[in-house]
Amino acid sequence: MGDRVHPEQEFLAFLEQGEFMLQRSRSSGNFLFYPRVAEPGSGAMDLEWVKASGAGTVYSTTVIRQKPPKTHYNLALIDLAEGPRMMSRVQNIPPDQVKIGMSVRALVIREDGVPMVVFEPAT
Amino acid sequence: MIGHRSRDDVFPSGRSAIVGAATFGIGTTPGLNNFDLAAMASIKALAQIQLTPRDVDGLAVVVMDETLSVLNFAEYLGLQPRFVSNTRTGGSSFQIHAAEAALALEAGQCDVALIAYGSDQRSSVGKLVSSSRPSPWETPYKPLRPISSYAMAAARHMHQYGTTKRQLGEVAIAARKWAQLNPDATMRDALTMEDYLSARMVADPLGVRDCCLVTDGAAAVVMVRAEYARDLIQRPAYVLGAAHETTHREIAQMADLTVSGTAAAASRAFAQAKVKASDIDVVELYDAFTINTILFLEDMGFCPRGEGGRFVSDGAIAPGGTLPVNTNGGGLSCAHPGMYGLFTMVEAAHQIMGVCGDRQVAGAELAIAHGNGGELSSEAVLVLGSAATLAPR
Repeated sequence: MGDRVHPEQEFLAFLEQGEFMLQRSRSSGNFLFYPRVAEPGSGAMDLEWVKASGAGTVYSTTVIRQKPPKTHYNLALIDLAEGPRMMSRVQNIPPDQVKIGMSVRALVIREDGVPMVVFEPAT
Repeated sequence: MIGHRSRDDVFPSGRSAIVGAATFGIGTTPGLNNFDLAAMASIKALAQIQLTPRDVDGLAVVVMDETLSVLNFAEYLGLQPRFVSNTRTGGSSFQIHAAEAALALEAGQCDVALIAYGSDQRSSVGKLVSSSRPSPWETPYKPLRPISSYAMAAARHMHQYGTTKRQLGEVAIAARKWAQLNPDATMRDALTMEDYLSARMVADPLGVRDCCLVTDGAAAVVMVRAEYARDLIQRPAYVLGAAHETTHREIAQMADLTVSGTAAAASRAFAQAKVKASDIDVVELYDAFTINTILFLEDMGFCPRGEGGRFVSDGAIAPGGTLPVNTNGGGLSCAHPGMYGLFTMVEAAHQIMGVCGDRQVAGAELAIAHGNGGELSSEAVLVLGSAATLAPR
């Protein structure tokens, strides 16, 4: 890919390898998500990929209700320890037991053949 | 120095007015497409002031399925406009069109501005139509957009402020009571708290009765410079303030799910109009979901932050309450044809014009017409006033 950043492609390529990576600006030290060609605000293009700690906190959560036989599922906004917020879901717990403020950790899973970042309770 | 807000906001307060305002086809209108519907509303609004399409030289229109809609619609009506706007920010587009039209009228770039919208979404698709590409950062998690985004705002408001499901229900019930006074409203059956609480859940804490309707419908307003307004209509709705604020697109990028851009937009629009929340007689806000009403009343300063749930309780925003809110029945019980913002403008203008029949708010001199686009992403506030409000304040 050379020197130029290809944000979505590179993120997904890491994810394909089981790695959840975030971009960080070398000058500001700020992390960003979702991936971009430049830091929002400053426009700084000195971005590097850093492995995410995987630690996060539930900022908000909902249960999407479906008519049987389809099952209910969780949807959540996760504040990453590095700062950015992302949409995801919390699993390995009943969807309505996910609570705001809960500590969670990231997992890279594969669903319908596609790799994705989800979360589970940290304890 | 070039910088953010380096110059005073010199919006031409009170120098333009809405002189025609109409809706058409609320509910189900099979056999008419988006532009057919928008044309029906437009011709109806123009006819109120004895104008026809050929009098229009400024045009703003968006529809769900055509990105160049202003070109299509100018052609449809037989216009060659010298001012156009195709700004599309979702449901707030029309408030932004009005802000742009006020500037264009002031600058002499047009004399008669028409703002129009039409949607056949109920008859054609039967559900909320999306006009955005799927987000690669959200789609894998199967969000039920836009409901799940507003659900997470509601969950957050409950967590921070103790807002309850019953308080959300108060919003739905108040909207329904207003709708019962509006012969054009789609949902006019009684709605009790028991009905509300037993409605099917969709995305916790929001159930079916927390969500806007899916209807067809069209709306249009006509704006002219203030000096012509009184020649056309007895009680014009003068545009005293118009401001908007854009904060994000996707809900994960919204800094605080309990504070929308409405706060900043209202602050600027109220300053332009030289009014404060307590001066306002009637509020038409974008209630796509029950939580919206609570958030936006707080954002606009009608109650302290976090108090919105308590503020709407005990019928306070229903007919006979302390603050008339969404007097047409709102997106929850009157109409929600995809983008709803123009309907708040029509209702606010009609309240100022004094033509609202059973739901007319006595002494309505100052009204808010609010718009919300995306997922709490683009917020816009219009302050409309009667001739009495033009005196120096």
